[in-house]
Amino acid sequence: MTPHGTTLRVPHRAANRRSTAESPWVRRLLIGVALMFLALFLVIPLVSVFAQAFAKGIGFYFQSLADPMAWSAIKLTLIAAGISVPLNCIFGVAAAWTIAKFDFRGKNILLTLIDLPFSVSPVISGMIYVLVFGAQGWFGPWLIDHNIKIIFAVPGIVLATIFVTFPFVARELIPLMQAQGRTEEEAARVLGASGWQTFWRVTLPNIKWGLIYGVILCNARAMGEFGAVSVVSGHIRGQTNTIPLHVEILYNEYNFTGAFAVASLLTFLAVVTLILKTWVECKNAALNALNE
Amino acid sequence: MATRQLGAKKFRVLPGFKLTLGYTLLYLGLIVLIPLAATFIKTSTLTWAQFWSSVASPQALASYRLSFGASFFAALINAIFGLIVAWVLVRYQFWGKRLVDALVDLPFALPTAVAGITLATLYAENGWLGQFFSSTSAWHLTLHLPVIKISYTRLGVFVALTFIGLPFIVRTVQPVLADIDAELEEAAASLGANRWQTFWRVIFPMLTPALLTGFALAFARALGEYGSVVFISSNIPMKTQITPLLIMTKLEEFDYAGATALAVVMLVISFALLLTINVLQWWANRYNTSTLS
Repeated sequence: MTPHGTTLRVPHRAANRRSTAESPWVRRLLIGVALMFLALFLVIPLVSVFAQAFAKGIGFYFQSLADPMAWSAIKLTLIAAGISVPLNCIFGVAAAWTIAKFDFRGKNILLTLIDLPFSVSPVISGMIYVLVFGAQGWFGPWLIDHNIKIIFAVPGIVLATIFVTFPFVARELIPLMQAQGRTEEEAARVLGASGWQTFWRVTLPNIKWGLIYGVILCNARAMGEFGAVSVVSGHIRGQTNTIPLHVEILYNEYNFTGAFAVASLLTFLAVVTLILKTWVECKNAALNALNE
Repeated sequence: MATRQLGAKKFRVLPGFKLTLGYTLLYLGLIVLIPLAATFIKTSTLTWAQFWSSVASPQALASYRLSFGASFFAALINAIFGLIVAWVLVRYQFWGKRLVDALVDLPFALPTAVAGITLATLYAENGWLGQFFSSTSAWHLTLHLPVIKISYTRLGVFVALTFIGLPFIVRTVQPVLADIDAELEEAAASLGANRWQTFWRVIFPMLTPALLTGFALAFARALGEYGSVVFISSNIPMKTQITPLLIMTKLEEFDYAGATALAVVMLVISFALLLTINVLQWWANRYNTSTLS
């Protein structure tokens, strides 16, 4: 059934239009209310980010971005996302394979546990690592003895980023692979393919778009995470500041234009994410239509 | 299906069960379960009196009131407008619809800190939107409108949480609404129902589970939200301090015991909400298959 099935039937029910469709005025009113609401909460904020970023001209904008502190924040953000996204990607594929291709007890509990990081407040997500690796934490004394720094250092930021982006890939792949079933992989095996061959040649092409989708969402969150990273970062300028933390520092120093200039990078990333997401959804819809 | 008919529950055709399950459990345990357990273990070392004094302090109680109140009203506003947005996106054709549909996910994609500074600036007294509510605008002088401060007040917290929760209800209601069979509406109409009756008695009850799920998701997300709120709120204890910020403040004061006690309260509430959401989703799915097939 198409999502627009109801509109396609308009001629059929034209005789009783009043009862099966809203009058044009109601329709215009509802569209108007919806667009006003979205304009107020989405469009105006989006436009204002760029307006504020360029408030002092294009020169100041690039000057804010070229600042060494901004560069080190960008570098750290890329490192954190560069580690956490691939790790969560491998986990997502493994979890989806085990859940979709096999039957075992406790599967529903496992599914709930995988989703758990989504329901934990960002502040708590950062805090749990302080409790484990912080100076007063479980491994704190041991880490100090061996001169390893996790909290208020880069490893803590990476850990917190992994935690908050933990379910993204798994969540996209599990329902997709469950829906695809096991028959194709079983056929490949029966025809003599090895396990890895089955995965690379049969499974991966099938889940390609879902995987890309999950990675896009995971990356957006990894680069933009604020609360969790804020707890474990220690806010050392030039060392443990990610892009969102750098935005906070500039904003709190009343350098609003600078803050928005750096924030515009993240906003640009968000817009690219939305475009890619829509594009992947279109690809997926086309693929599904082809299969049917 | 084929494997089951062959009785192959023990003999698995596909490889990698032990490897993938083992890796999944190991990674889950190391990254999520053990660190989360640390919170509960740390709290268990507190005496009851210590625990109670930090989770029931006046400052904590005030923060719960604000967090729950603002999250509830934000989710409520999103439920009303989200339903309208979902309806418009599913039922009507208009110019720019695809763009609008894609834009709904912006709060998911936009980092919370960016949302925070943007909303704080927009709703400040001299901001693009805040000026319409402040005494400095010509509007106010001519129309005698009440002066409302939004940024740096509780109302600001509500605005930020509304932004954060916006996509949840649209995205849970949209697919359910798209799947509703036109025949049901035609049947209602042919039995003499007017449009409003058809909506209220036929369509709305079918959307209820999805609406409640979306509401619960938006509410749960708003309760834990930190990044966007700290910028738009003045963060004054007892007044505009949300619970996650109170935890943050305690962490910065190295009061780990107090912070963990509060975190345990928040975690228990989040898990209860997660359970509620799972039950709601199960109900929604059951409802769909039983009425539509």
